[in-house]
Amino acid sequence: MKYLDEYRDGPIAAKLVERIKRAQTKPWVIMEVCGGQTHSIVKNGIDQLLPKGVELVHGPGCPVCVTPLEMIDKAHAIARRPEVIFCSFGDMLRVPGSDGDLFSIKSQGGDVRVVYSPLDCLKIAQANPEKQVVFFAIGFETTAPANAMLAWQARQMGMKNVSLLVSHVLVPPAIEAVLSSPLNRVQGFLGPGHVCAVVGYTEYEPLAERFHVPIVVTGFEPLDILEGVLMVVEQLESGRAVVENQYSRVLARGGNHPARERIAKVFEVGDRKWRGVGMIPQSGLQLREEFRDLDAEHRFNVQAIDTMEPAVCIAGQILQGIKKPHDCPAFGTECTPQHPLGATMVSAEGACAAYYAYGRHLKDADLVTIGANGNGRN
Amino acid sequence: MGATKTDERQETVATLGPFGECPLPIFEHPQIVLGHGSGGKLSAELIEKVFVSRFRNSTLEKMDDQAVLEIGGVRLAFTTDSFVVTPIFFPGGDIGSLAVNGTVNDLAMGGAKPLYLAAAFILEEGLPAADLARVVDSMARAAQSAGVQLVTGDTKVVNRGKGDKVFITTTGIGVVDRGTLLSADRARPGDKILLSGYIGDHGITILSQRENLEFESALESDCAALNGLVGTMLDAAAGTVEGFRVMRDPTRGGVATVLNEIASRSRVGMVLRENEIPVRDSVRGACEMLGLDPLYVANEGKLVAIVAPEIADRVLAAMQRHPLGAESCVIGEVVEQHAGMVLMKTSVGGTRVVDVLFGEQLPRIC
Repeated sequence: MKYLDEYRDGPIAAKLVERIKRAQTKPWVIMEVCGGQTHSIVKNGIDQLLPKGVELVHGPGCPVCVTPLEMIDKAHAIARRPEVIFCSFGDMLRVPGSDGDLFSIKSQGGDVRVVYSPLDCLKIAQANPEKQVVFFAIGFETTAPANAMLAWQARQMGMKNVSLLVSHVLVPPAIEAVLSSPLNRVQGFLGPGHVCAVVGYTEYEPLAERFHVPIVVTGFEPLDILEGVLMVVEQLESGRAVVENQYSRVLARGGNHPARERIAKVFEVGDRKWRGVGMIPQSGLQLREEFRDLDAEHRFNVQAIDTMEPAVCIAGQILQGIKKPHDCPAFGTECTPQHPLGATMVSAEGACAAYYAYGRHLKDADLVTIGANGNGRN
Repeated sequence: MGATKTDERQETVATLGPFGECPLPIFEHPQIVLGHGSGGKLSAELIEKVFVSRFRNSTLEKMDDQAVLEIGGVRLAFTTDSFVVTPIFFPGGDIGSLAVNGTVNDLAMGGAKPLYLAAAFILEEGLPAADLARVVDSMARAAQSAGVQLVTGDTKVVNRGKGDKVFITTTGIGVVDRGTLLSADRARPGDKILLSGYIGDHGITILSQRENLEFESALESDCAALNGLVGTMLDAAAGTVEGFRVMRDPTRGGVATVLNEIASRSRVGMVLRENEIPVRDSVRGACEMLGLDPLYVANEGKLVAIVAPEIADRVLAAMQRHPLGAESCVIGEVVEQHAGMVLMKTSVGGTRVVDVLFGEQLPRIC
């Protein structure tokens, strides 16, 4: 299939792996920031192709995982109201709050709907004028333009029955938090391709300089990731630390100007809690004063909900690249997608869930045999 | 509050202890949720806890798609299935043809020649009579084409809003007239895994027809009766039908779910090759856009067969000669290692687990 197969080609992947092996002389720890990258790495088995000296650790970039428990409880409180149609991206539906998930709320009579585009909420609101339509606006910079557009259009159309429950987070403050941690092991980053497609990567340049870390803005297909790793390793080996763009077929340094403008008109930067990490100053987006009446937290009076995060699971350390899922004694035993103990097991993009779905055989001593068996026709 | 959070985190780092107690509620639903009908782990849990535990018997415990029963020296296959698809008419079929073919296929997967069907209809008040006639016409055509007769049935009408247009339950009976012993616990290391063609057509067709998904495609459901194809396959293996271990139609939950069930019941591992699994570009494209995996998308006219290596070539050639199996291929092998687990060699040369889904396959956010 065009535009996909080119980036999943086995022989080219093998050549890139060979180049990484040749370039790497010292051990390096590289963090991929995005949940989408983590998913692709584990789904395609890319981490197994890399030489032992190149370790990939999984970053905080899974929007579902980092949405704090209290925000999920707020969402559930709103979704339970009889006058509300609660709209969400699909993978938010199974995230457990303090009492059940959106699927259970739906089974108890709540009107919970999956939308692919936030703008679908406008149609739903028009078709149901007697109902309040609430969109769970989560995500990084990637989803911000479409979420901003929902607020913008709702305002333009004068719709009184649309609001947004906003839990938007930003990548650069999270990278800064990772690098500032006394436990940090990360020496280079695969930067978030889709986030940078929206906002560009100028904000990453001061980070690369200040912490002397290479940041290579990288795509999501297997060959993108391998090339990104190669570019980071080459920088590390030569002592450079700059921002480079592996994903140039999609994005430019300045990002997408109309999208940035739309975000800036609707949202402003504010403090945000990250699940498993805690409060990071100036790390999220909130509705500007002019759009505050579209804020579902105010409209449904749920600001007071303040659930404490359970402090047992190591999700926080996994989100910061300090630990890997296999380091957790509960991984795959007490903690599974069916019974998640923490944020990173909850979403398909979470590092633990991705490891569970695709990579839990890696603990098996059988791995070598498996590779040999599977090699037959490739 | 920010400071409190940070302190807590450091404390967590410092006191990483055993995980005896779960900080989040153990996840059990006091109500039935949609995921219970997904074919994934939630469905399996519901079936085991609620149904099997109460009706336990040796036939039910096989957990095949049909029961094979010996009555008066004749082996009969017996099965039932309910159909609740929305929309009721879709490219390539409708709820009527689906209801006939689905039950015919469940019989055929047990090596049976399907003979008779019963059908029960739950109609919602307000359903246009013309729609019902169209559905039933389609059932009649499907039954004739599959060579089965509909011999008994039932009709109920429920208040508007208590149903969704029409629900159909079909029950089927057939005769197992060869020496086949097909069951999910019979796969052995060395067996080949055969697939009868492109996967995901039905599920993606249905998705594309839902009101809130605005993508157009020329896709059609693969809805078809597979008893003809199965007959051809069994003919090709004449004399060595014991080499036929398992046959399954990968409906809801898709190929991944069916293979996991077999791996688990047979206590074997499986290794698939991503490059060998046929997926149409349109299905792949839709799956990429929606964040879905075609291995978990429903099919209504495909089968997976686990066969002994000695007969694999013969059976595959016979499948490829049949119009419903022209794109048949070997997608992997049964192995002794990692019992109960299905692995896949990815197109870039890595290996990953192909797991059973927990509940519904959910689109990812980005």
